[in-house]
Formats: sequence, structure tokens, C-alpha cells
Amino acid sequence: MMLDSHSLTAHECRRLLAVGEATSEEITAALLDRVKAVEGRVGAFLQVDEEGALAQARAVDAKRPEERSPWEGVPIAVKDILCTRGVETTCGSRILKGYIPPYDATVVRLLKEAGLVILGKLNMDEFAMGSSTENSAYQVTRNPWDLERVPGGSSGGSAAAVAAGEAPWSLGSDTGGSIRQPASLCGVVGMKPTYGAVSRWGLIAFASSLDQVGPFARTVQDVAALLDLIGRRDPNDQTSLGLPTPIAVPRGESLAGRRFGIIKEYLGDTIQPGVRRIFEQAVEALEALGGRCCEVSLPSVERGLAAYYIIAPAECSANLARFDGVRYGHRAHKAETLHEMYTRTRSEGFGPEVKRRIMIGTYALSSGYYDAYYAQAQRTRTLIIRDFQKAFAEVDLLISPTSPTVAFRLGERTADPLTMYLSDLCTIPVNLAGLPGLSLPAGFADGLPVGLQIIGPHFSEQMMLDAAYALEQRLQVSTRPPLDVTPAKEVG
Amino acid sequence: MMVTPEGWEAVIGLEIHVQLNTATKMFCGCPVSFGDVPNTNVCPLCLGHPGTLPAMNEKAIEYATRIGLALNCTISPHSIFHRKNYFYPDLPKGYQISQYDLPLAVDGHLDVELEDGSILRVGVTRAHLEDDAAKLVHAGGVDGRIAGADYSMVDFNRGGTPLVEIVSEPEIHTPEQARAYLTQLKSLLEALEVSDVNMEEGSLRCDANISVHRPGTPFGTRTELKNMNSFRFLQRGLEAEIERQISALERGEEIVQETVHFDTGSGKVSTLRSKEEAHDYRYFPEPDMVPIELSAEYVEKVRAGLPELPAARKERYMRDYGLSPYDAGVLSANRPLAAFFERLSTQTGEAKLAANWVMGDFSGYLNAQGLEVKDSAVSVEALAELLGLLAAGTLSGKMAKDVFAAMVETGKGAPELVAERGLGQISDTGELETMVSELIAANPGPAEEYRQGRDRVLGFFVGQIMKQTRGQANPQLLNELLRKALAGSSPDN
Amino acid sequence: MISRSEVEHVARLARLRFEEQEIALLQQELSSIIDYINQLQELDLTGVPATAHAVNVVNIFRLDEPRACLTQEEALANAPATERGHFLVPRMG
Repeated sequence: MMLDSHSLTAHECRRLLAVGEATSEEITAALLDRVKAVEGRVGAFLQVDEEGALAQARAVDAKRPEERSPWEGVPIAVKDILCTRGVETTCGSRILKGYIPPYDATVVRLLKEAGLVILGKLNMDEFAMGSSTENSAYQVTRNPWDLERVPGGSSGGSAAAVAAGEAPWSLGSDTGGSIRQPASLCGVVGMKPTYGAVSRWGLIAFASSLDQVGPFARTVQDVAALLDLIGRRDPNDQTSLGLPTPIAVPRGESLAGRRFGIIKEYLGDTIQPGVRRIFEQAVEALEALGGRCCEVSLPSVERGLAAYYIIAPAECSANLARFDGVRYGHRAHKAETLHEMYTRTRSEGFGPEVKRRIMIGTYALSSGYYDAYYAQAQRTRTLIIRDFQKAFAEVDLLISPTSPTVAFRLGERTADPLTMYLSDLCTIPVNLAGLPGLSLPAGFADGLPVGLQIIGPHFSEQMMLDAAYALEQRLQVSTRPPLDVTPAKEVG
Repeated sequence: MMVTPEGWEAVIGLEIHVQLNTATKMFCGCPVSFGDVPNTNVCPLCLGHPGTLPAMNEKAIEYATRIGLALNCTISPHSIFHRKNYFYPDLPKGYQISQYDLPLAVDGHLDVELEDGSILRVGVTRAHLEDDAAKLVHAGGVDGRIAGADYSMVDFNRGGTPLVEIVSEPEIHTPEQARAYLTQLKSLLEALEVSDVNMEEGSLRCDANISVHRPGTPFGTRTELKNMNSFRFLQRGLEAEIERQISALERGEEIVQETVHFDTGSGKVSTLRSKEEAHDYRYFPEPDMVPIELSAEYVEKVRAGLPELPAARKERYMRDYGLSPYDAGVLSANRPLAAFFERLSTQTGEAKLAANWVMGDFSGYLNAQGLEVKDSAVSVEALAELLGLLAAGTLSGKMAKDVFAAMVETGKGAPELVAERGLGQISDTGELETMVSELIAANPGPAEEYRQGRDRVLGFFVGQIMKQTRGQANPQLLNELLRKALAGSSPDN
Repeated sequence: MISRSEVEHVARLARLRFEEQEIALLQQELSSIIDYINQLQELDLTGVPATAHAVNVVNIFRLDEPRACLTQEEALANAPATERGHFLVPRMG
């Protein structure tokens, strides 16, 4: 039978498998065909495991339906920041070229235990540092809605693959907006769970106190189901708590009585007019569903970016010290002394943005500066947390645009690091406070997707998903990019 | 023994690293074990693979708490870990997970008994947890030292073993005091059963901060003397460094703050790291770990479970066994020896005799053969049997020593050896009485002399009986019987 | 403006090396980022505690129970250079 890859949401795959209308092999093959058809233009995958995926799919098909667990045989793809046993994991960096992890990340193990078919590894900004996926050491990923534009980042491959119909759903990671911003720019649903909801074991660390793994999909229901699969406490991660209760698939279409706070600080000039217009329409839709919206002020979030650009580089400067050419990964040739080997290995292995952040972090932690920078940033973090707490005493959920702009052109911001950093203005404070954040497609500005960010209190994922589902049903935003009508020109 | 030159005083602080003998490493389930095939007790975490996270070993927290309590420290109600950042091939993550401004235990002290019997109280600034580095082997070059090696090899089996670092106040002033402090600390740690405390194997390591100054003037610039791997080298290293500093200052030179290395061959100290490599560890709180908050109940539970510590044991030996302070001190300092003594004492019912033997022949044998108590060829039970024969008078002191030597050599028990060699003393009163009365009857002259008051004649009779018995008559009993018989044989009576 | 020697010092700490023209560019880039993050210096945060973790948990411990290790072959599988079961590194210095 012919399967339309775009209509293959995870729930649809599950239904097809359950009623016997398609085999896992057929679904997997359809997606692999789609990958072949569009990858030349999109470039979402760093590695496609065609053989492994088909073998796994056939193994599922060999089981009797009643022996299968609910999601068994449904394909998925994962960001290359997650360790996959026996499968090369590069984190988008030259320094990890050829690295074959001897273990699976906990979330990867959970996917395998649930019987999901892993299609391959997705492109990303090197070590998740970036907002456009242009910092990948390997390839450019393009936005399926406009191939001249970036998909956002750092989980650009995860967002683009789902938007392009190459996978029903995917996993990414979010340190300052790396799930929500590309979800917004690619017109898909993406969620960063509460810090601690998902295990970080096997997630290659960027900034340990901010990193969190989360799902991408084209529907809220799929995001909810994937979050439920991965939100488990893990003894391998001290900071993991797991979700307090299983996530139920959202079905309700009313928001009667729900109170939404519009973050005043994110309505300023930095927000593109087209983005603001879509945001305002979303607010109207929430009210039409019975929600009550009001403005709230979180004054300290304006300091979020500055605090983030101390904390994240400081933590990354230590997290990336292990890439030293001794035990795995790249090592410079013909270095005669240890110091020479370290310096050349790291200088050759890391790209410019990674080096820049290691430099900032090392500088901020070096003697004499700890209090002025790191400690001050951690105190600012406390203020941001307090602002959110105050807001959640008044409202149930907070909303803002996910990204101040729509997808920008490839190369447009690479010259100026600070402009690139501004892409994450609205998403960063959520990571600093450890809160869950979701980006939902809310409409289009100039033909490009615009996302709405929903922020909730710690572990309020169910409430957020319920609200997002109701809004999704109301807005009926298309998630099918015009890829198929674009001339099938192969792009390098 | 070194005498600090007139007008100078050394100021020494010790940093002791203790490897804990937990079953597994600090942050992963790899076994803590020595002498295994390289890189076999390792996992992605202790190899520093990307994506791995530390999982804190509960036992390491308990052991560190024990150490803190035994050193009279306050156990912090809130402590956290920091990352200490530096690059070295034995450090797989590029940082060590250690404790910085909020360590587990603070503000303690150790009372050190010096050779003259006086007590030196040395403040313990802190005791904190950290993970150990891997083992580096320097290959090629001349002597396996860093300098001159062609390349180095790394074995991560040791990497990640839990360590407790115990930092003393700079309240030690001579190498002898330093040695006494370390000796006392070692016996304390042994008693706590938290470490193998073996300096040669590296489970107990000692670094020293040393400066010299003229009393009454500010402290001098200090140097750090690294990794002295025996008590002897600690003392000799300190002596050499103190001498080096004093003579440098007397020549008008300045002391540079640096790390120095004691060369055991030449007996000299040399610079280990250049000043250019001055460290900037960029400490910051370890984001992969959550704080440790030990409740008062937990601390009390650990305290209640502490084994008897050497100081308390010494008191008890003096009180319950009537041992001298010296004997009680020697026996209580070494935990296996103390346990051996106590069992021997219980089995023989002769505490002082047991103490003498444990400190005397038994320790002499262990030292001569370089053995630990647990490796002794003579068990408590076997030694108790020997002491029983001694106490019953079957063996004289001299004979018991010979039998002990034979036990060590042959592994046989005392009764078997006594029988084999016909060594048993004649303590049978009846048998001896017959021999005595026959002897007196045969020698009326000397007997009369004795009765006239010439006590020395007694020796003649003793000698004769000993000759007849080949020396096996119980001397005490023989004396008693002779005196009685000689007095009783008087024709006047 | 962050000085050239500061850039070189920090690069040395981080075991990174930059070409001549890169250093000049880095001086500019780092300076503008540091100027930006310096806005935090203006805040009076006396008495505000630092947040290291957004989620408050304490005392997460593991039982002292051994788990399976890698084999030596697995341990060395990714190593750029090995020697007699060890990871090989160039001489110190």
C-alpha cells in the first residue's frame, strides 16, 4: 500500500499496526523512502540506520500483535547528542568523529524497551551550542518551509526531520531553547520538560544545570505520548525525578476557567510585527476557548540572557574538558608532548562557537572573576525563579512568542554571536528556572511558521499539554510544508 | 633525629589522602580492587565518556562521616561538591569532583602522643570527599620517572576510588611530630575499618606544606612536598626540605612557592612543577550532584556504630587488664595486634602474661618475618596452649621460648612439641619427693650443713636432682620440697 | 576591552590555541559578550541566595553494590592510541 509519510503521525502508525493495515516494515520503508526523497534538500540526518531500522521493524512484525507493547514498531529518530550503543555519536562535532559509545542513553534505552524503531541520528549545532544548526561540523540543515532559511537550533535536525515528514516524532535537547525555538521555526510541536523529568544519562552535556531531553512531533498528542515514554526517574542521574504521574493523551477541547499570563517583557520591539500578530491571534483563540488572559510582568527575565551567557559557558568549559584526545575521539597527529597533544587536539576538534563559549566560561570562572560572574549569575537565577513563582500565584500558565522572529536566512546571523544569542531571549529564562516549556505552531508570518510558547509551573506538563491540545484543535495550523512542490533539486 | 637549627622554627601542615575500602568506586559500580589487569575495572563513567553522570556511593558518605567523627569534627548539616578543573591524563573528566567551601567535616583535632609521653593536639581543618585519579605509568627513559620518559600509559582501574582528604592545621613543628601524627592517624583509620591504610600500595598518601620562620616573626613562604610513600620518607623528606629552606634563607635567598619532590635515592628535594604552571582550578559547584544534608539522627547513628578507637582502648587496657600505660599504648595502637591480645588474654585468663608475649616473642616473630598479624603461622589458640603449659609450670620461661620458636618453624602445637622432645617439667610432687628423700639419705653430711644454717648447700641438692632429671624438674616445686625435706630430716626432731 | 594577554592566558587554561588573526577577532567578540554580561554587575543582589539547581532535592545516594564493567577491549575500543592494555599519551610537558 502507499503510505503518505506526512500523515504518519505516531498515533496513526500505532493505529495502522494495531488494526493490521500496515506492517512496521512498510511504515519504516515509507519513511526511509521519504528520507531518500528529501534529505538532499533538508539535511536533517547525520546518519540513517536503514539496515538496523528495517531489521528491527521486521522483528516487530514477526511478533503476534498481542505480544507487542503499544508503541512497538513505530519509528523515531534522535538528536546526535544522545549516546547510542554501537552507533556513531558525534554531537555535531569533529572532536567526536568516529566515536562509538559503549552504552545507551537512558532515553534511548527506554525507546528500545518500548519497541520503537530508531531510524538514525539527527543533525545539530556542535555540542548544542547555537540557534540555527549552522554550527554543525558536518552539514547544513535547511528549514523545510524555506530551504534558504535555517531550521533553528540547536535541535535543528530533530525539528526539520519531523516537519519534513521524515520521522513521525523525534527527540531533541533544550538548554536555552534548543527544542522550542527550532520547533517554532519549523512549525512543529516541541517540549522541554521540567528539569529532572527526563534522565540526562547519556545526553552529552552542554550545561548540566539547564540541559533537558524532550520530544518533537507534528501533534500535541504525539508529544504527550513520547514524553510519557521518557519521563522516568533514573538512578544514574541524581538530578532526575521522573514525571510524578503518567501523562494522559490530551482530549479536552475547552479551556474554561484556565488563567493565562501574557509575559509583558516579551511584547517589546524585539518581537517582529508578524510574530506579534500571530501571537495576538492565539490569545484571542485562547479566550474563545474559555481561557482568561491577562498581562503579567516578570522584570528579571530581561537579565536572563546575561545570566545564561555566564552559567552555560562556565558549565560547558568544564563539561568539554574531557575531550582531550586520550580515551576517544579526535587526537592531533604527531604531537610530541602532552600539552601539545591537548592543545592541538582541542583546537582542531572544536568549531569557533564552541571555542568561543569555552573561552567565555573559562574566563568567568578563572581566579578573581568567580563572584563577579558565576555567583552573580546564580543569584540572578534566584530572582528569575522568584518572578515565575509570583506569576504562578496569579495565573495557571504563561504565554509568549517562542522566538522573537521567524526563521532567518542561512548565514544571516553567523557573523555576530550576540544577535544569534537573541534568538533565545524568550526561552532561556525557562531553563534557568527549570520550568517546562512548550512551543505550539500558531500560524504563519510571510509564509513562515510562528510558534506560541506555553510555560507552566514545575511538573505541570499535563495541564500544558491539555491547553496546547485545545488550542491546536481550534487553530488547525497546517504542519505540511511545501516541500513536495519545491523542484527536487539536489543540494549539497 | 633532626635538630632544627637555633633560632628557626618549622611550620608543617599535612594533607593526608585516604583511599576508602568500599566495595565500589565513588560514582559508579566498578569494584575497588588492586593489582587487576589494566583497564578492566572500568565503565563509561570512570573512563569519562560523554553523557555519563556521577551516582554517589552511600557507603563513602558513611565512611567519611566515621572519619570526621573520629577526628572530633563537626559533620556539616549541608555540604556540596565542586568541580576542580585541570588537565591531566589521569583525570578522565578534565576535572576532579571534590569539596571546596562546604566540606563534609570541619573543625576537629587529633591528640598525638609524642615519644616523651606528652600530648600534641593538632587541629584538623577539614575532612572531605573526592574521587581518585587513575594510575599513570611512565615508560621509556631511564627510571620510570616523569622526567625523561618517552611516553606514558594510563590505567583507569584506580580512577574514581573514593578518597577522604584530611587537612591538618599548620601546628606541627618537627618531622618527628609529623611522623607521630601520621602514625596515630593511621592506627585510628585502621580501627575505623574504612581503609587498608597501606602507604606502599598508596591507600594512605601524605603531602606536606612546609615553611620555616624565626619564632615571633610572620610565617615564611611555604612549599608543598608531594607523595611521600612511607613513614621513613615522610620524616626524611621533611628534614631535607626544612634544611633546604633554612640554608636558602640563611644565604639570603627567597623561598619560592612551589611543589617539591623528595628523591629517595639522593635524599634531596627538587622542584616538581615550574611556577609558570601556577594552577587556577576554577572551582564551581558540581551541577551533576545534589547537596548532602546529613541529619543529626544519621550522624548519631554513625557515631553509635563507631568501633572502639585506640585512645579509648588504651584506657580500657590499663583499667581492666592492669597494663602499664606503655604496654596499653603499644597494644591498642595496632588494631589486629590488640584483637589478638584480647583473645589470648580471654583464652588464657592471664592478661599480663598475654601482653608480654604479644609484645615480646610474638611481635618479634612478626617483625622478623615482615608479617601481618593475620598471616601469623601461630594462631591465638596455639599460643594460648603454650601459655597454659607455661602457667601450669609444665614449661619454664626459657623452654616456652624455645617451644614457640619450634612452633613457628614446624607449625606444630605446643603439647606435641613438648611430648616429642620430652620437654615437660617434672611437676609431680610425689615423684620429686621420693627423689629428694633418697638424695638426702645418701648425703647426710651436706644435709647437716644446711641445718647448721649454710643455705648455699641447697644449691648442691638442686643441682643433683636437676642432673638426674636432665633439668626438667620444676625448679620452684623442687626448692619448696627440698627445704621442707631438709628441715624435716633433722635427727633432733 | 579584554587584553591580548588575557585571551592568551584563558586559551592556555582551556588548552586552546588561536591563530594571530583569530586572537584579534576573539578580543572583540569576547569583549562585546563580556560587556553584555557585565549588566549583571549593576544589580544589587546582596542577600539573594545563589541557585545551583532549579529543582530542590538532596541526598540521592547509590548502594555500594558492584555492577558489570567493560572488558579491556571495550574500554580501549575508542582510544586513539593504546599500549599493552593501557591508554597511551605522549610524554609530559
